[in-house]
Parts: sequence; structure tokens; C-alpha cells
Amino acid sequence: MHRRTLITATATAAVALLALTACSGGGGNTDALTARGDITVWYSNNEFEVKWAKAMIDAWNADNPDEQIKGQEIPAGKSSEEVIGASITAGTAPCLIYNTAPAAVGQFQKQGGLVDLESFKDGASYIEERSGDSAEQYKSPDGGYFQMPWKSNPVMIFYNKDMFASAGLDPENPKLATYDEFLATSKTLVDAGVAPFAINPAPTSEFFQTLFDFVPTYAAESGGTGLVEDGKATFDGEEGFDAASFWKSLYDGGLAGKEQYQGDAFADGHAAMAIVGPWAVSVYKDAVNWGSVPVPTKDGMAPEEIYTFSDAKNVGLYSACKNQATAWDVLKFSTSEEQDGQLLELTGQMPLRQDLPEVYADYFEANPAYTTFGDQASRTIEVPGGSNTVEMLQVIRDAYTKAVIAGEGDLQEALTSAADKVTELASKG
Amino acid sequence: MSSETLDRSAGATRPRGAGGGSRRRQPALQRVLGKHPLGWLLSTPYLIFLAVVFAYPLFFAVYMSLHDYFFSAPGAVVERPFVGLDNYVAALTDPAVLRSFANVGIFLIINVPLTVVLSLVLATALNKVVHLRTFYRVSYYVPYVTASVAVVAVWLFLFSGGGLVNTLLGPLAPEPSWLINPSLAMPTIALFVTWKQLGFFILLYLAALQNVPNELYESASTDGAGVMRSFFSVTVPGVRSATVLVLVLSTITGANLFTEPYLLTGGGGPNGASASPVLIMYQQGLQQGKPGFAAAIGVILVIVVLIIALLQNRFAGGKEQ
Repeated sequence: MHRRTLITATATAAVALLALTACSGGGGNTDALTARGDITVWYSNNEFEVKWAKAMIDAWNADNPDEQIKGQEIPAGKSSEEVIGASITAGTAPCLIYNTAPAAVGQFQKQGGLVDLESFKDGASYIEERSGDSAEQYKSPDGGYFQMPWKSNPVMIFYNKDMFASAGLDPENPKLATYDEFLATSKTLVDAGVAPFAINPAPTSEFFQTLFDFVPTYAAESGGTGLVEDGKATFDGEEGFDAASFWKSLYDGGLAGKEQYQGDAFADGHAAMAIVGPWAVSVYKDAVNWGSVPVPTKDGMAPEEIYTFSDAKNVGLYSACKNQATAWDVLKFSTSEEQDGQLLELTGQMPLRQDLPEVYADYFEANPAYTTFGDQASRTIEVPGGSNTVEMLQVIRDAYTKAVIAGEGDLQEALTSAADKVTELASKG
Repeated sequence: MSSETLDRSAGATRPRGAGGGSRRRQPALQRVLGKHPLGWLLSTPYLIFLAVVFAYPLFFAVYMSLHDYFFSAPGAVVERPFVGLDNYVAALTDPAVLRSFANVGIFLIINVPLTVVLSLVLATALNKVVHLRTFYRVSYYVPYVTASVAVVAVWLFLFSGGGLVNTLLGPLAPEPSWLINPSLAMPTIALFVTWKQLGFFILLYLAALQNVPNELYESASTDGAGVMRSFFSVTVPGVRSATVLVLVLSTITGANLFTEPYLLTGGGGPNGASASPVLIMYQQGLQQGKPGFAAAIGVILVIVVLIIALLQNRFAGGKEQ
């Protein structure tokens, strides 16, 4: 009897707790859309972005004493996306986060954590005017903008000029345009012993690594086709197979490392090339005598035709924000032509703004190293939209690590199987 | 003992049905609160702790696993329909999940026996060390208290293709190397975890060894038992309860393997050969926004671990248990 009473009491308490938790839903906060006051923003811990963010906040605060911004770096965690996801669930997300990955936006939207920027009268027009046609790929499949396209890091090939010279290659005009040229150059580099590997993208299984090996080359080979178009995966066609085969040849030939490297393989001289965006310019500036070229294609293309992955980071306005009208104004201020110019100046990252090379012509003239990135920024592809983006990328990564990096099984079958799963996920929204 | 005697004698002398209200209420209260109500009061803080930190999440995980659950912002109106056992069916038919359970099975088969044997042998040896006793004990304990993130870097250096281990092995080095070899990745992780956790289990055995009477060793010696005979006939039975504890704890911590495949093999690689159920839960629940599915894996894992622990208790515990 005693035990039965205890069990009954425990079960009742558990059910009551569950019921309470299950009933925690409620309505949205429409008043917040028009409210003004102090807000909090989070930004990346990248030292250059911290510098930009602090300067931007100081500039705003100086002119808006009644609507002050309190800024801080995104709290530490396994990844920014997990920290943001947890803060949405806890209701502690700040008003704006200047490091919202497009791959995570669909989930944040599903969580009810993001404000549709079209809720503001000038929301859609501001975004489309600033970013032009590229704004379209950041629109939610359900309609609306749940992210402000902010900046991109178009992925290109960095190469170590000194290593190329040591291997007897022309460091100013490296032969890296076609797959055959890239493979031959890679073999020359490794055979010459200038580095253990020609290139060493992370061979690990995290979903986002796909975006820094297969996706840029697929974007280039396919002429800018997204991984998913019209609800169907596209990467199991000829272009996807060619791009994946290119990487497989590098791994099979021992020209790319199959083991994860602790540190920066390019900076440490572990690899003669890297596949990264312009953020790396300031990082490698004093460490490596570098040059950059677009990612290769099967038969070679003119640089002005080559697409790549954007590696964009956007800004989200979060539903936990109590003063969303202020947040929207801050968002516009921080993505104004002046602040975008500051961002470019301080970080070397490309604002997602149309006609970038023309708008900041002086900057690109003074910093020719960034010119190719500025030009490349207009030809990028983005991750597929929707709440299943991460799962799609994980499916592709799993197939890629098995068929390409480890070289197991039939590559075409792996791509087709992955594409079928991605199409199924795309159909779920 | 005395109160039971009193109760029995009272019941024997009291006519049935003539007890009166107060006499009937007292046993009813006792049935709820037991013979020592103050005990409940003293236990309440810990019971609340258990309920909030362990029981509630467990019940909530079961609830999540039965729904199309996802985490949402406070105030967001979302639907989380009841899906019955769909998440369990999906988990048990997902090749990646099944492989992760097989992986952790391999891990436990290597890690648990190795942990028991090495920690017992080393604890026995340490118990007899006279000089530098503290130094040795601290040396074994340091890896346990060092963050995995820090020591993983050392192991990556040791077991990489051009690492120290392969350099020493020369032509005998495996190809592909340890951590990218589908057959060797999980055993390497098992070795790493065994090494890292050993210090804790050695301490458990050292504590248990203090309770084995010296007289037993003296008697065994008088009967002509050597070192090995004494070890198997006196030490091993003498620390049986500690062995059960080590078995259960190493199984539970092993089944919860996450950090090592996440860091050492870059997310469960190669090709999922070192993915653990908890790593899959992390990917599905946190990265891919499917906590209901992840919760189903978690509940299955709890059941599997409970069964293993019960079997360990049944077969290793002996009559004492």
C-alpha cells in the first residue's frame, strides 16, 4: 500500500509536470513590433568583427541616447547555432545576432524564434534594394524574410606562392583552372615534397564541412545550380559526379589529407593550398605568401563565369526582442552603405550588397587582393532553405565521406541515394 | 525491532473493530510516512534534487519520444502531435542508429573488461607500493581530471598517420591509420577512454582493498598460496562489490560516449564507424532539430544499459548482491 501510494503520487506529479510543460504555448507578441527602447545584440568572436561591432554600437549609441545597444560576443558553445537555438527555447535570445548561419535559419523560424522582416513596412523593399537579386535565395520557402542577408565569404582557392615556386611552378599564373591541371599541379607539389598534401580541407563528418569542399566545386561546375532546385536535389547529375570525382582523385592519389589536422594546415605548411573565403586574407597576411584563384571546373571557365559557395552569415531579428522597432532601425543602420564599408574595411568580408565592386571602388583599388573576392561575391550559391537544411547537408556529407574521402562503394550510387534522401527532406519543408 | 514487537502485541490484545478513530489513523499515517516521518523530512532535499534533475528529464524524454517534438520559443504556437511509437520504429530501423549501437557494443566489449582488469591489477600493485605512493596515485588520476579536449590533441598526435605510434611500429603501422580506419577507430577510442578513466576506477579499488583483512592474506600465505593464488582467492573475492560498481559505472559512462568520437574522429568517422548513440542523439536532437527522435534513441539506450547493468549485477554480484 505504502509503495503503491508513492508510485501513484510520483506518476501524478510527473503527468502534472508534463501537462504543464505541454501547455506552455501561447500567442506571439505583436506589440513588440512597434516598441522602442534599449536592445541587446550578439556578434561573432572573430577579432575583426568584434572591432567592427563595437565601433558600430558606439556610433549608434552616440546618436540614440534613448535607444541604447548593449553588445556582446555570442556565448561560447559547441557552435553558435546551438547557443542560439538554446537561447530561443529559453526565451533569452537577444534582439539581433550578427552571425546567423543561413543553414540554421529554417530551424530557428520553425522554433518561432525569428521575426519576419517583412512585418516591417519597408522590410522587403530595404532587403531587396540592398542585396538585389541575391536576396531571393534568403527568402523563406514559406515566404517572408527571416534573415537579413549581411555578408558573404565567397570560397576560393588560396595557394602558397613560395611552395609553388619551390616546386618549380609559376606562382603568378598557377595552372589550377581545370581538374586535370589542378591534379597535375597537386601531384607536382607533393612529389616535390614542399608539403605533405596539396590541399587539406577538413575530412571530418560534420555537416557543414560539405560546404567547403564539394559544394563550391559543384556550384562552379554546374554554373550556379543550387543543391536543391524546385524541390528536387540536383547534385546527382553529371556536374555533381564530376565535382565529386575530382575530389576523389585527390584523395585516392594521396594529394589531399584523409586525417583531420590539428591547426591550420595552410598556415602551418601542411598543405600548399586551401579552399577558403576572404576572411582568410587578414589571417594569412603575415603567415603565408599567398595568391588566390577561383575553384576549378572540369574543362576550365573564365573567372567571371565561375560560381562558388557564399559562406554567408546573416542577421536575425529574434522574437524574444521587446523593442523590435528599435532593432529594425539598428539593423538598417548596421547594414547601411557606410557601415558595410566599415565592415569591408575592418574584416575584409563582403557585404551582401549589389554592385559591390562599384559601390566600394576606392577600397578595391586600394586593396587589390580583395578584388577577385568582391567580383566573386556576385556569383554564389546558398544552402537549401527550409527547416531540414542541416539534415540535408549531413546526408550529403555522410555520402561524401564514404564514397569520396574513404573511396568506398560506387560514387554515382552514393550521390543518387543521397539525392533521393535530400529530395524527400525537401518535400517535408 | 522494539516498535514492531509493541505493534504486534497491541494488535494481539486489541479486539478487532474496537480500536477507535485515533488508533486507526495512526497506522494509516504510518503506512504513508513510514515508521520514521522525520526521515522523509531529512530526505526531502535530495528527493527533490532527484525528481528535478533525474526523474523529470527522464519522464519528459519519454513524453518527447512519443511526440513530433521540437524546441520552440516561449509563447510560440506550435503543434507537437502525438506519434505513438513512430520515433522508436524510425530509430530501430535507421541503419546509422543501429550501427551506433553496434559501435558502442564494440566499445563496451573492449573498454569494460580492460577497465576492470587494469584498474584492479594496478590498484593491487599501488596498494603494495611503499615509495612514491602518492606520486603514482596522482599520476594515474591526472588523465581522469584533465579535460578530454586537451588530451584528445595528444592522442591525435600519437595516433595520426605520421604520429609517434606509427613511427614506432614502422612497417607494422596499420593502413589506413588508426583513427581513419573503420576497423580500428572504435578500438582506439576504447583504449583512449580506458586510459583516461582508469585513475577513477583505481581509486575505487584502492578504497575497497583497504577493507580486505590482512589476516586473509596471512592465512593464504600460511596455506602455501603464492602471489597469484592470493590475488585470485583473496583479493578478487574481497573486492567483489567494488567490481560490480566498476562494471556498472564503466558501462554507464561508456554507453554515454560522446566527446571522444566528436573530437577524436571528427564526428563519428570514418563513415560512422565510431558514431555512438549519444553522438547521433546530438546530431538529430540539437543539430537537425528532431529532439523527439533523439529522445527515442535515449530511451532505448537507457533500457539497454539497464538490462546490461542488471545482468552484470546478477552474474558478477554473486550471493552478496
